[in-house]
Amino acid sequence: MARIESEIGTPKGGFMKWIDDRFPFTETMKAHATEYYASKNFNIWYIFGVLATVVLVIQLVTGIFLTMNYKPSSAEAFASVEYIMRDVEWGWLIRYMHSTGASFFFIIVYLHMFRAMLYGSYKKPRELIWIIGMLIFFVLMAEAFAGYLLPWGQMSYWGAQVIISLFGAIPFVGETLVEYIRGDYSISDITLNRFFALHVVALPLALIALVFVHIVALHHVGSNNPDGIEIKYHKGPDGIPFDGVAFHPYHTSKDLVYIIAFLMVFSFVMFFAPEMGGYFLEHANFEPANTMATPEHIAPVWYFTPFYAILRAVPNKLWGAILMAGAVLLPLFLPWLDRCRVKSIRYRGWIYKSALGIFAISFLVLGWLGVQPAEGKYVLMARIFSVLYFGFFLLMPYYTAIDKTKPVPDRVVYHG
Amino acid sequence: MVKAGTFIAALAALIFSAPVFAAAGAKLEPAGNDVDNIVSLQRGARNFMNYCSGCHSARYVRFNSVAKGLGLSEDQVIENLMFNAEKTFETILASMPAADSARWFGRTPPDLSLMARARGTDYIYNYLKGFYLDPESPTGVDNIVLAGTSMPHVLWELQGFQKAVFDEIPKQGRVFEHFEPFSTGSLSAEEYDSFVRDTVNFMEYVAEPVRSTRRKLGVWVLMYLTVFLVVASMLKKQIWKDVS
Repeated sequence: MARIESEIGTPKGGFMKWIDDRFPFTETMKAHATEYYASKNFNIWYIFGVLATVVLVIQLVTGIFLTMNYKPSSAEAFASVEYIMRDVEWGWLIRYMHSTGASFFFIIVYLHMFRAMLYGSYKKPRELIWIIGMLIFFVLMAEAFAGYLLPWGQMSYWGAQVIISLFGAIPFVGETLVEYIRGDYSISDITLNRFFALHVVALPLALIALVFVHIVALHHVGSNNPDGIEIKYHKGPDGIPFDGVAFHPYHTSKDLVYIIAFLMVFSFVMFFAPEMGGYFLEHANFEPANTMATPEHIAPVWYFTPFYAILRAVPNKLWGAILMAGAVLLPLFLPWLDRCRVKSIRYRGWIYKSALGIFAISFLVLGWLGVQPAEGKYVLMARIFSVLYFGFFLLMPYYTAIDKTKPVPDRVVYHG
Repeated sequence: MVKAGTFIAALAALIFSAPVFAAAGAKLEPAGNDVDNIVSLQRGARNFMNYCSGCHSARYVRFNSVAKGLGLSEDQVIENLMFNAEKTFETILASMPAADSARWFGRTPPDLSLMARARGTDYIYNYLKGFYLDPESPTGVDNIVLAGTSMPHVLWELQGFQKAVFDEIPKQGRVFEHFEPFSTGSLSAEEYDSFVRDTVNFMEYVAEPVRSTRRKLGVWVLMYLTVFLVVASMLKKQIWKDVS
């Protein structure tokens, strides 16, 4: 009797004990922040994961406020966006944050992925982190694509028309599938409504769930670092890796500096060049969707253009679509295509360094080609750089196996 | 190792490369307008309401927001700019019914709220200066910027009419050379240019009325973030002091 009374009486440990008896708060904070050790030699490439989270939060919060004033109907959508821009208090700021955030999301995610390729972050034991990350990328592409239809401008409408019609290239089921996606015989109010549902509910839920799993997997195996050395193999008697520092307060204080620097770049674009010369907000999208007139020049938003260039490089629609899908899917297999045992580019040979350089250049050039008209020398260039893009992945098992590597040090390189 | 800076610079170069305004054929003369010039905007608003709003709407633009943005009182707006609206919160609607204009011109004249953002100010400036006599056109004129336009030369009283001189170039065909005046209007060439420039200026303003607000706010936000950056860097240095 006395024992039970002491249990339900005022606990000795105070408020935090009361919480911790019911929810693993302190334990979780320790495991994921104050006693989660990550390498002290992170360079600037290691900031993009944190920045992606920052942008995700920006998109979610601004998205909620946009939803309060946006009307998902083909008759009202365009006008409701202008209503947000002109009549809703601070609506312009919320909308520009969201539109600028969309483009920055892709800049950050592309750099984040490139970081993994620089330092072999997709290699054992981080294959699942990479695969989950790729799934996040796929959902993000779908999210951006669905979101781009919502302002119901000319480019929203015709861009969606072009991309959705690609599914029609699939033999036998193609046309039926396209009708299922659109919910209609052409892009219409029905399509707009279902894209709104996907953009605002379904895909963000998937995105948040995948990001959570991405971080759980990361914290389970620990972060990689620019030297590609597992810091947990060198621990002190206290069980703390010699080369690791706690996520909080070390990495959080460092991340904060970078986050502010990033917000300065973000703000500069948002306040002084929100259209970014027609790349973040396309000029043709300031005209309401007109089902009777195509814009002079249909180009997807810049973050899809590398893949769009590959699509247009192929004269056959079905093969173009297959190659485009292949270009998006191929990185998924990186952990198994790369046969080199060394993770970081710092200790890899000239073959991989050159291949990665050629890949990066091909990706940028394809991105540029995607906004050029598909004619003459542009098509030829798109074909050459598509071959280089695919070559990077498909030849990887061969050139990474013969590439000479440098000896990898035991401990990470860190200069105070 | 690939340096982050190099990569970001390459990305920036890609993003800032040639904008995608496609001006079919003719080279566009820069409009040279200044959205911060309030007096020019006020003249532009007068021009717009007198010469454009008969046929064109600007249906997202409210009279009271024009008053606020252009430093006019509501009474000034009511007396000088509102011809077919009752209340200052109303938006600029065309006097001409859309069904009639579609019948008369083949299409309803487009809404002009966002035209400057959709086509660019240079495009509109050159369009309004680009009407030339064409006996085969139902309106008697064609346009050098938008061939086959269904818009008549509504500003002919101001500009007068002009003829276009074309060169025959092998392979390329007919290439525009220059305009020759056919009749004079009530304005000189320079006066007409500045009339069009003011009008285009007003159109750029109504396309994004918040422009000056966002630029002013942006300066403050960047100043705040700069201070925050300094404080955060000091905090980071302090915390990392013992890491070796």
